[in-house]
Amino acid sequence: MSMTQSQLRQGSIALDRSDSTLRLRLNGHWHLSRDLPAASSVIAELFKQPAPRVVSFDTSGLSGWDSGLISFLLEVESACRERGIKDDREGLPAGIRRLIELAEAVPEKEGTRAAARRASILERVGDRVLAYSVGMADFLTFLGDLSIAMFKFVRGKARYRTFDFMETVQQSGPEAVGIVSLIAFLVGVILAFMGAVQLQQFGASIYVADLVGIGMVRDMGAMMTAIIMSGRTGAAFAAKLGTMKVTQEIDAFTTMGISPLEFLVLPRVMALILMMPLLCLFADLVGILGGAFVGITMLDLSFSTYMRETISTFTFVNFIGGLAKGTTYGALIGLAGCLRGFQCGNSSSAVGDAATQAVVMSIVMVVAACGAFAVAFNILRI
Amino acid sequence: MPGSGTAASAAIGAEPHIIVRNLTMAYGSFVLMRDLNFTVKRGDIFVIMGGSGCGKSTLMRHLVGLKEPAAGEIFYRDFNFTRAQPHERELMLRRFGILYQSGALWSSMTLAENVGLPLEEFTNLTPEQIRKIASLKLALVGLKGFEDFYPSEISGGMQKRAGLARAMALDPEVLFFDEPSAGLDPISSRLLDELILELRDSLGATIVVVTHELASIFTIANNSVFLDAESRTQIATGDPHEMLAHSTDPRVRKFLTRGAEKNGAENSHG
Repeated sequence: MSMTQSQLRQGSIALDRSDSTLRLRLNGHWHLSRDLPAASSVIAELFKQPAPRVVSFDTSGLSGWDSGLISFLLEVESACRERGIKDDREGLPAGIRRLIELAEAVPEKEGTRAAARRASILERVGDRVLAYSVGMADFLTFLGDLSIAMFKFVRGKARYRTFDFMETVQQSGPEAVGIVSLIAFLVGVILAFMGAVQLQQFGASIYVADLVGIGMVRDMGAMMTAIIMSGRTGAAFAAKLGTMKVTQEIDAFTTMGISPLEFLVLPRVMALILMMPLLCLFADLVGILGGAFVGITMLDLSFSTYMRETISTFTFVNFIGGLAKGTTYGALIGLAGCLRGFQCGNSSSAVGDAATQAVVMSIVMVVAACGAFAVAFNILRI
Repeated sequence: MPGSGTAASAAIGAEPHIIVRNLTMAYGSFVLMRDLNFTVKRGDIFVIMGGSGCGKSTLMRHLVGLKEPAAGEIFYRDFNFTRAQPHERELMLRRFGILYQSGALWSSMTLAENVGLPLEEFTNLTPEQIRKIASLKLALVGLKGFEDFYPSEISGGMQKRAGLARAMALDPEVLFFDEPSAGLDPISSRLLDELILELRDSLGATIVVVTHELASIFTIANNSVFLDAESRTQIATGDPHEMLAHSTDPRVRKFLTRGAEKNGAENSHG
């Protein structure tokens, strides 16, 4: 028989049954890459009455094997054990015998499997609800601790490094200007387009300036900036703090008697609170310029008319409203990013999760806050 | 501050420094260890040993207050660490030095800044003085000249030594080491052991080490607690050399002889 022929021969099994012995004859190539016979056929044979007392093996026809054969044999052996059938490993090659012994050397720990079993739906719902309430309590604790730390900050008693603070200011302020301008400009253009199509029909295209101006200053400027900053800075906070948690750097602060909240969270949140209103103002301006671009190129308005119209729609209160929103969103983004970072688990995938959750949480909170502002401004008739 | 050199030799076997009473450690409802009772004396090098995953590091986290006991108490001399107010505890923490498993250096700071931060926070030293002391501590662990390197720029063994320099920054009374030899080559690991002995003798500090390295245990320890995952409690305390010589518990013997019951005893002493 040539080499290639024998290699092509698939693994197969033949069962010889004498009265009390079941003899398994293993033939051919038992490799995982081929279709191997299932253990179930052998096991079915074990259950046939009268049951055999001994299972033995004949491997004279076996030309090659890997883990596929071992797992097959382990399955057969465990079925034998259950039925109290003796298995006679004499017929197996020494290598296979040793591997089987190794696999069975450490008995399964009781209860190991129970922990991994899938819980019922009720149990899972319950767990989830409990986890939420714990999460809520964590959130409130964090918020409380942060408020205390901020109070200390205002009184100049908080312990943090000015360098960290300035670095975060740099990262969440000046370095974000590029992306914020791009998005704000585009939002201004989009708002202007949307308005222009409708307003042109009434020959009122000059009111595009009002639409863009009010839209940007009251809502879109702050909102778009907040969404950019959630993805940019909020995620970065969560990832950075999460990694510090994994590498025990946060523990090192705690056990040194330095509050990680004051040292790490405070400068970050304060930097965002400080930078967000400025970024919002800037986004407002760029958005208005975006609107003006559409006004000039598409609606044949002059730059000065456009600007005059824009300025005439503003009130001081609009500005303050926009700034208040920016500040609030900044606080929310910082809070979400740092909280998720602190809650991060102990693995690299947990850091990724923390960053994702931070972005989701801050966008949800920002949009919810935006809604709350809309209602409040409506009641206050601003 | 602590660590007067004169106390060093007299201190060994002196008054109790860390007392653990009926400590139960748990994650939620899962009890990891119960009824831990042991005393660490001043100047001891105390080893927490046991197999992987039995809760050695968790016990250390309890000792330094990173985790709250499910039951029981931890005392430092007369000071009830478990029941203490947060600010009292913070004061106590400043007398600890901790070397974490991975070094846990603050990655955004240079080595000198890492070592200097505790000094900056808790002393009235000027920046120049702080810099000098930081250089000294780094020199003590063999990292002279690495002051302005960032943790990511040095090797794992060096990070560990830098972590030790930071742990020693405030001349602590108690030093904790979490798996000091993990990830180190045998020679670095040996050097670290010698450094630990040196620290005990020169600072008079009490040292608590979490480890399962037998060579290390027999070189440095004069007291220990043996945790067993199966029975979820301690199964032996005392000098590991004594344990090896006299313990009749097969689990302890198996561990201390690397599983080679019969002939391991003579060899490991050397």
